Amino acid sequence: MKVVIMGCGRVGSQLAMRLDREGHKVSVIDRSSSSFRRLSEDFGGQVVVGTGIDEDVLRAAGIEEASAFIAVTEGDNRNIMAAQVAREIFGVKECIVRIYDPAREEIYREIGLDTICPTKLVSSLAYDRLFAAMIALRDPVQE
Amino acid sequence: MYILIVGGGKVGYYLTKTLINEGTNEVLLIERDPGKVEIYTERFGSVIMQGNGDEAATLERAGAARADVVIAVTGDDEDNLVICQMAKKRFAVPRTIARINNPKNEELFRRLGVDSTISATNVILNLIEQLIPQQHFVHLMTLQHGALAIVEGTIPADSQVRGLTLAEIPFPSGVVIAAVMRGPELILPTGNTVLEAGDEVVAVTKRDQENALRDLLLSA
Repeated sequence: MKVVIMGCGRVGSQLAMRLDREGHKVSVIDRSSSSFRRLSEDFGGQVVVGTGIDEDVLRAAGIEEASAFIAVTEGDNRNIMAAQVAREIFGVKECIVRIYDPAREEIYREIGLDTICPTKLVSSLAYDRLFAAMIALRDPVQE
Repeated sequence: MYILIVGGGKVGYYLTKTLINEGTNEVLLIERDPGKVEIYTERFGSVIMQGNGDEAATLERAGAARADVVIAVTGDDEDNLVICQMAKKRFAVPRTIARINNPKNEELFRRLGVDSTISATNVILNLIEQLIPQQHFVHLMTLQHGALAIVEGTIPADSQVRGLTLAEIPFPSGVVIAAVMRGPELILPTGNTVLEAGDEVVAVTKRDQENALRDLLLSA
Protein backbone atom coordinates (compact mmCIF):
# COMPACT_ATOMS: atom_id res chain seq x y z
CA MET A 1 0.00 0.00 0.00
CA LYS A 2 1.23 3.50 -0.83
CA VAL A 3 1.05 5.87 2.15
CA VAL A 4 1.91 9.58 2.30
CA ILE A 5 2.76 10.98 5.73
CA MET A 6 2.93 14.73 6.38
CA GLY A 7 5.07 15.71 9.36
CA CYS A 8 8.30 13.91 10.23
CA GLY A 9 8.20 14.52 13.97
CA ARG A 10 8.24 11.72 16.53
CA VAL A 11 4.89 10.31 15.46
CA GLY A 12 5.38 10.72 11.73
CA SER A 13 8.86 9.24 11.68
CA GLN A 14 7.94 6.28 13.85
CA LEU A 15 4.92 5.47 11.72
CA ALA A 16 6.92 5.90 8.49
CA MET A 17 9.65 3.50 9.63
CA ARG A 18 7.14 0.92 10.78
CA LEU A 19 5.16 0.98 7.53
CA ASP A 20 8.40 0.88 5.55
CA ARG A 21 9.60 -2.18 7.49
CA GLU A 22 6.30 -3.88 6.81
CA GLY A 23 6.89 -3.44 3.09
CA HIS A 24 4.58 -0.51 2.31
CA LYS A 25 5.54 2.27 -0.07
CA VAL A 26 6.02 5.32 2.15
CA SER A 27 6.60 9.02 1.40
CA VAL A 28 7.25 11.50 4.20
CA ILE A 29 6.77 15.26 3.79
CA ASP A 30 8.26 17.86 6.15
CA ARG A 31 8.88 21.60 5.91
CA SER A 32 12.34 21.19 7.34
CA SER A 33 14.86 18.75 5.91
CA SER A 34 16.52 18.37 9.31
CA SER A 35 13.41 16.53 10.53
CA PHE A 36 14.36 13.56 8.38
CA ARG A 37 17.22 12.83 10.80
CA ARG A 38 14.58 11.04 12.87
CA LEU A 39 14.33 8.35 10.20
CA SER A 40 16.70 5.39 10.56
CA GLU A 41 19.44 4.88 8.00
CA ASP A 42 17.77 1.84 6.49
CA PHE A 43 14.53 3.75 5.82
CA GLY A 44 13.67 2.84 2.24
CA GLY A 45 10.88 5.33 1.60
CA GLN A 46 10.86 8.73 -0.11
CA VAL A 47 11.34 12.07 1.64
CA VAL A 48 9.99 15.37 0.29
CA VAL A 49 10.76 18.83 1.65
CA GLY A 50 7.75 21.14 1.57
CA THR A 51 4.33 21.70 3.04
CA GLY A 52 1.51 19.27 2.42
CA ILE A 53 -1.04 22.02 1.97
CA ASP A 54 0.59 22.59 -1.43
CA GLU A 55 -0.85 20.37 -4.17
CA ASP A 56 2.47 20.24 -6.01
CA VAL A 57 4.29 18.99 -2.92
CA LEU A 58 1.67 16.28 -2.41
CA ARG A 59 1.99 15.32 -6.06
CA ALA A 60 5.77 15.07 -5.71
CA ALA A 61 5.20 12.73 -2.79
CA GLY A 62 3.10 10.47 -5.01
CA ILE A 63 -0.31 11.33 -3.56
CA GLU A 64 -1.95 10.37 -6.85
CA GLU A 65 -1.13 6.70 -6.26
CA ALA A 66 -1.62 6.81 -2.49
CA SER A 67 -4.28 4.77 -0.71
CA ALA A 68 -3.80 6.65 2.54
CA PHE A 69 -2.70 10.07 3.77
CA ILE A 70 -1.74 10.82 7.36
CA ALA A 71 -1.33 14.41 8.61
CA VAL A 72 0.66 14.62 11.84
CA THR A 73 2.41 18.02 11.85
CA GLU A 74 2.26 20.23 14.94
CA GLY A 75 -0.28 22.53 13.28
CA ASP A 76 -3.93 21.55 13.53
CA ASN A 77 -4.98 23.81 10.70
CA ARG A 78 -2.21 22.62 8.43
CA ASN A 79 -3.23 19.03 9.06
CA ILE A 80 -6.88 19.83 8.43
CA MET A 81 -6.19 21.68 5.20
CA ALA A 82 -3.77 19.08 3.82
CA ALA A 83 -6.18 16.23 4.56
CA GLN A 84 -8.94 18.03 2.71
CA VAL A 85 -6.64 18.63 -0.27
CA ALA A 86 -5.76 14.91 -0.29
CA ARG A 87 -9.41 13.92 -0.07
CA GLU A 88 -11.09 16.51 -2.30
CA ILE A 89 -8.46 17.08 -4.96
CA PHE A 90 -6.73 13.71 -5.13
CA GLY A 91 -9.55 11.47 -3.93
CA VAL A 92 -7.47 9.65 -1.33
CA LYS A 93 -9.90 7.35 0.48
CA GLU A 94 -8.25 7.13 3.89
CA CYS A 95 -7.14 10.46 5.36
CA ILE A 96 -6.14 10.41 9.01
CA VAL A 97 -5.68 13.78 10.72
CA ARG A 98 -4.22 14.67 14.10
CA ILE A 99 -6.06 17.61 15.70
CA TYR A 100 -5.00 18.72 19.19
CA ASP A 101 -7.93 21.08 19.78
CA PRO A 102 -10.92 18.93 20.86
CA ALA A 103 -13.53 21.42 19.64
CA ARG A 104 -11.97 21.58 16.20
CA GLU A 105 -11.58 17.82 16.14
CA GLU A 106 -15.28 17.38 16.75
CA ILE A 107 -16.25 19.69 13.88
CA TYR A 108 -14.02 17.96 11.36
CA ARG A 109 -15.01 14.49 12.53
CA GLU A 110 -18.60 15.51 11.84
CA ILE A 111 -17.76 16.41 8.25
CA GLY A 112 -16.12 13.07 7.70
CA LEU A 113 -12.40 13.41 8.33
CA ASP A 114 -10.81 10.49 10.17
CA THR A 115 -9.55 12.44 13.17
CA ILE A 116 -7.36 11.63 16.15
CA CYS A 117 -7.33 14.00 19.12
CA PRO A 118 -4.27 13.31 21.34
CA THR A 119 -5.55 15.79 23.92
CA LYS A 120 -8.70 13.78 24.50
CA LEU A 121 -6.86 10.45 24.29
CA VAL A 122 -4.14 11.31 26.81
CA SER A 123 -6.43 13.08 29.24
CA SER A 124 -8.89 10.19 29.29
CA LEU A 125 -6.07 7.64 29.63
CA ALA A 126 -4.53 9.62 32.47
CA TYR A 127 -7.92 9.93 34.11
CA ASP A 128 -8.56 6.18 33.86
CA ARG A 129 -5.20 5.35 35.39
CA LEU A 130 -5.62 7.89 38.12
CA PHE A 131 -9.02 6.48 38.88
CA ALA A 132 -7.59 2.94 39.02
CA ALA A 133 -4.77 4.13 41.27
CA MET A 134 -7.19 5.83 43.63
CA ILE A 135 -9.20 2.65 43.94
CA ALA A 136 -6.05 0.64 44.55
CA LEU A 137 -4.99 3.08 47.26
CA ARG A 138 -8.35 3.08 48.91
CA ASP A 139 -8.73 -0.73 49.03
CA PRO A 140 -6.47 -1.49 52.03
CA VAL A 141 -8.17 1.27 54.03
CA GLN A 142 -11.59 -0.25 53.38
CA GLU A 143 -10.51 -3.71 54.53
CA MET B 1 -24.72 43.98 9.55
CA TYR B 2 -22.46 42.30 12.06
CA ILE B 3 -19.01 41.77 10.54
CA LEU B 4 -16.44 39.62 12.29
CA ILE B 5 -12.82 40.03 11.23
CA VAL B 6 -10.13 37.55 12.26
CA GLY B 7 -6.47 38.58 12.11
CA GLY B 8 -5.17 42.00 13.06
CA GLY B 9 -2.24 42.35 10.70
CA LYS B 10 -2.06 45.24 8.25
CA VAL B 11 -5.04 44.02 6.25
CA GLY B 12 -7.19 43.37 9.31
CA TYR B 13 -6.23 46.68 10.86
CA TYR B 14 -7.08 48.83 7.86
CA LEU B 15 -10.22 46.84 7.12
CA THR B 16 -11.43 47.41 10.68
CA LYS B 17 -10.54 51.08 10.48
CA THR B 18 -12.38 51.56 7.18
CA LEU B 19 -15.49 49.74 8.34
CA ILE B 20 -15.58 51.66 11.62
CA ASN B 21 -15.22 54.97 9.80
CA GLU B 22 -18.08 54.06 7.49
CA GLY B 23 -20.07 53.61 10.66
CA THR B 24 -22.91 51.59 9.16
CA ASN B 25 -21.89 48.16 10.38
CA GLU B 26 -21.14 46.54 13.71
CA VAL B 27 -17.54 45.33 13.61
CA LEU B 28 -15.45 43.09 15.84
CA LEU B 29 -11.79 42.27 15.23
CA ILE B 30 -10.24 39.17 16.79
CA GLU B 31 -6.46 39.34 17.27
CA ARG B 32 -4.14 36.91 19.01
CA ASP B 33 -1.39 39.28 20.16
CA PRO B 34 -2.33 41.07 23.43
CA GLY B 35 0.07 43.93 22.61
CA LYS B 36 -1.72 44.70 19.36
CA VAL B 37 -5.09 44.32 21.06
CA GLU B 38 -4.10 46.97 23.58
CA ILE B 39 -2.95 49.44 20.92
CA TYR B 40 -5.98 48.85 18.70
CA THR B 41 -8.38 49.16 21.62
CA GLU B 42 -6.89 52.53 22.50
CA ARG B 43 -7.46 53.60 18.91
CA PHE B 44 -10.85 52.08 18.11
CA GLY B 45 -12.50 51.41 21.47
CA SER B 46 -14.03 48.15 22.49
CA VAL B 47 -14.34 46.51 19.08
CA ILE B 48 -11.20 44.40 19.50
CA MET B 49 -11.19 41.01 21.16
CA GLN B 50 -8.10 39.07 22.18
CA GLY B 51 -8.12 35.39 21.26
CA ASN B 52 -7.36 32.71 18.72
CA GLY B 53 -9.90 33.11 15.96
CA ASP B 54 -9.39 29.52 14.83
CA GLU B 55 -10.79 28.21 18.11
CA ALA B 56 -14.49 27.50 18.26
CA ALA B 57 -14.69 28.91 21.80
CA THR B 58 -13.28 32.26 20.66
CA LEU B 59 -15.69 32.48 17.73
CA GLU B 60 -18.54 31.68 20.07
CA ARG B 61 -17.48 34.39 22.53
CA ALA B 62 -17.30 36.81 19.62
CA GLY B 63 -20.91 36.07 18.74
CA ALA B 64 -20.19 34.28 15.48
CA ALA B 65 -23.66 32.75 15.59
CA ARG B 66 -25.22 36.14 14.83
CA ALA B 67 -22.50 37.33 12.43
CA ASP B 68 -23.57 38.13 8.87
CA VAL B 69 -20.04 37.96 7.52
CA VAL B 70 -16.80 36.42 8.77
CA ILE B 71 -13.61 37.71 7.13
CA ALA B 72 -10.41 35.72 7.78
CA VAL B 73 -7.34 37.79 6.98
CA THR B 74 -4.49 36.17 8.92
CA GLY B 75 -1.20 35.60 7.14
CA ASP B 76 -1.69 31.82 6.91
CA ASP B 77 -3.94 30.20 4.35
CA GLU B 78 -4.58 27.13 6.49
CA ASP B 79 -5.77 29.31 9.38
CA ASN B 80 -8.06 31.34 7.14
CA LEU B 81 -9.54 28.16 5.70
CA VAL B 82 -10.28 26.65 9.12
CA ILE B 83 -11.73 29.92 10.45
CA CYS B 84 -14.14 30.15 7.50
CA GLN B 85 -15.09 26.47 7.64
CA MET B 86 -15.80 26.63 11.36
CA ALA B 87 -17.81 29.82 10.91
CA LYS B 88 -19.90 28.08 8.26
CA LYS B 89 -20.24 24.65 9.78
CA ARG B 90 -20.48 25.41 13.47
CA PHE B 91 -22.08 28.86 13.44
CA ALA B 92 -23.93 28.86 10.09
CA VAL B 93 -22.48 32.23 9.08
CA PRO B 94 -24.09 33.18 5.73
CA ARG B 95 -21.00 34.67 4.12
CA THR B 96 -17.34 33.83 4.65
CA ILE B 97 -14.43 35.60 3.01
CA ALA B 98 -10.82 34.37 3.16
CA ARG B 99 -7.61 36.11 2.29
CA ILE B 100 -5.30 33.74 0.47
CA ASN B 101 -1.58 34.08 0.04
CA ASN B 102 -0.94 31.25 -2.38
CA PRO B 103 -2.98 31.97 -5.53
CA LYS B 104 -3.27 28.22 -6.13
CA ASN B 105 -5.65 27.99 -3.19
CA GLU B 106 -8.38 30.05 -4.82
CA GLU B 107 -10.16 27.11 -6.42
CA LEU B 108 -9.51 24.81 -3.46
CA PHE B 109 -11.08 27.17 -0.94
CA ARG B 110 -14.18 27.48 -3.08
CA ARG B 111 -14.50 23.69 -3.25
CA LEU B 112 -14.08 23.50 0.49
CA GLY B 113 -16.99 25.84 1.11
CA VAL B 114 -15.47 29.33 1.49
CA ASP B 115 -17.80 31.83 -0.21
CA SER B 116 -15.21 34.34 -1.45
CA THR B 117 -11.45 34.59 -1.63
CA ILE B 118 -9.13 37.51 -2.07
CA SER B 119 -5.61 36.84 -3.26
CA ALA B 120 -3.34 39.77 -2.49
CA THR B 121 -0.58 38.09 -4.48
CA ASN B 122 -2.77 37.98 -7.60
CA VAL B 123 -3.97 41.55 -7.19
CA ILE B 124 -0.43 42.90 -6.84
CA LEU B 125 0.88 40.70 -9.63
CA ASN B 126 -1.79 41.97 -12.00
CA LEU B 127 -1.11 45.59 -11.14
CA ILE B 128 2.61 45.14 -11.72
CA GLU B 129 2.05 43.30 -15.00
CA GLN B 130 -0.01 46.21 -16.26
CA LEU B 131 2.81 48.59 -15.41
CA ILE B 132 5.48 46.73 -17.36
CA PRO B 133 5.40 48.30 -20.84
CA GLN B 134 7.13 45.48 -22.74
CA GLN B 135 4.50 42.99 -21.69
CA HIS B 136 2.27 42.19 -24.68
CA PHE B 137 -0.26 40.11 -22.82
CA VAL B 138 -1.58 40.93 -19.35
CA HIS B 139 -4.07 39.38 -17.06
CA LEU B 140 -6.47 42.11 -15.91
CA MET B 141 -8.89 40.29 -13.71
CA THR B 142 -10.16 36.91 -12.57
CA LEU B 143 -13.87 36.11 -12.55
CA GLN B 144 -16.01 33.26 -11.27
CA HIS B 145 -13.50 32.12 -8.64
CA GLY B 146 -10.71 31.86 -11.14
CA ALA B 147 -12.59 29.99 -13.86
CA LEU B 148 -12.61 33.01 -16.18
CA ALA B 149 -10.15 35.82 -16.81
CA ILE B 150 -10.17 39.16 -18.53
CA VAL B 151 -6.92 39.62 -20.46
CA GLU B 152 -5.41 42.28 -22.64
CA GLY B 153 -2.94 41.62 -25.44
CA THR B 154 -1.09 43.94 -27.79
CA ILE B 155 -0.69 42.57 -31.32
CA PRO B 156 3.05 42.55 -32.19
CA ALA B 157 4.31 43.75 -35.58
CA ASP B 158 5.07 40.18 -36.65
CA SER B 159 1.96 38.51 -35.24
CA GLN B 160 0.45 35.67 -37.27
CA VAL B 161 -3.04 37.12 -36.79
CA ARG B 162 -2.13 40.59 -38.08
CA GLY B 163 -4.26 41.46 -41.13
CA LEU B 164 -6.82 38.72 -40.44
CA THR B 165 -10.47 39.29 -39.58
CA LEU B 166 -11.64 37.98 -36.22
CA ALA B 167 -13.78 35.42 -38.07
CA GLU B 168 -10.65 34.07 -39.80
CA ILE B 169 -8.66 33.67 -36.59
CA PRO B 170 -9.00 30.20 -35.04
CA PHE B 171 -9.69 31.31 -31.47
CA PRO B 172 -9.84 28.55 -28.86
CA SER B 173 -13.38 27.82 -27.66
CA GLY B 174 -14.19 29.70 -24.49
CA VAL B 175 -12.68 32.97 -25.70
CA VAL B 176 -14.74 36.11 -26.37
CA ILE B 177 -13.10 39.22 -27.86
CA ALA B 178 -14.72 42.07 -25.97
CA ALA B 179 -12.99 45.14 -27.38
CA VAL B 180 -10.21 46.25 -29.70
CA MET B 181 -8.42 49.50 -28.98
CA ARG B 182 -6.54 51.17 -31.81
CA GLY B 183 -4.80 54.28 -30.48
CA PRO B 184 -7.53 56.41 -28.97
CA GLU B 185 -10.27 54.59 -30.89
CA LEU B 186 -12.41 51.92 -29.25
CA ILE B 187 -13.68 49.33 -31.71
CA LEU B 188 -16.56 47.07 -30.70
CA PRO B 189 -15.49 44.03 -32.65
CA THR B 190 -17.47 41.94 -35.11
CA GLY B 191 -16.34 38.99 -37.21
CA ASN B 192 -15.24 41.47 -39.90
CA THR B 193 -12.90 43.45 -37.64
CA VAL B 194 -9.34 43.19 -38.96
CA LEU B 195 -6.54 43.10 -36.37
CA GLU B 196 -3.57 45.37 -36.95
CA ALA B 197 -0.15 45.54 -35.33
CA GLY B 198 -0.34 47.62 -32.17
CA ASP B 199 -4.04 46.87 -31.54
CA GLU B 200 -4.86 46.25 -27.91
CA VAL B 201 -7.28 43.35 -27.69
CA VAL B 202 -9.38 42.81 -24.57
CA ALA B 203 -10.79 39.30 -24.22
CA VAL B 204 -12.78 37.27 -21.72
CA THR B 205 -11.36 33.77 -21.64
CA LYS B 206 -11.62 30.53 -19.75
CA ARG B 207 -8.56 30.26 -17.57
CA ASP B 208 -7.37 27.05 -19.21
CA GLN B 209 -7.45 28.76 -22.63
CA GLU B 210 -5.42 31.76 -21.53
CA ASN B 211 -2.08 30.38 -22.71
CA ALA B 212 -3.50 29.18 -26.02
CA LEU B 213 -4.92 32.66 -26.64
CA ARG B 214 -1.61 34.27 -25.74
CA ASP B 215 0.25 32.02 -28.19
CA LEU B 216 -2.29 32.65 -30.93
CA LEU B 217 -2.11 36.44 -30.68
CA LEU B 218 1.61 36.83 -30.04
CA SER B 219 3.26 34.14 -32.18
CA ALA B 220 4.85 35.11 -35.47
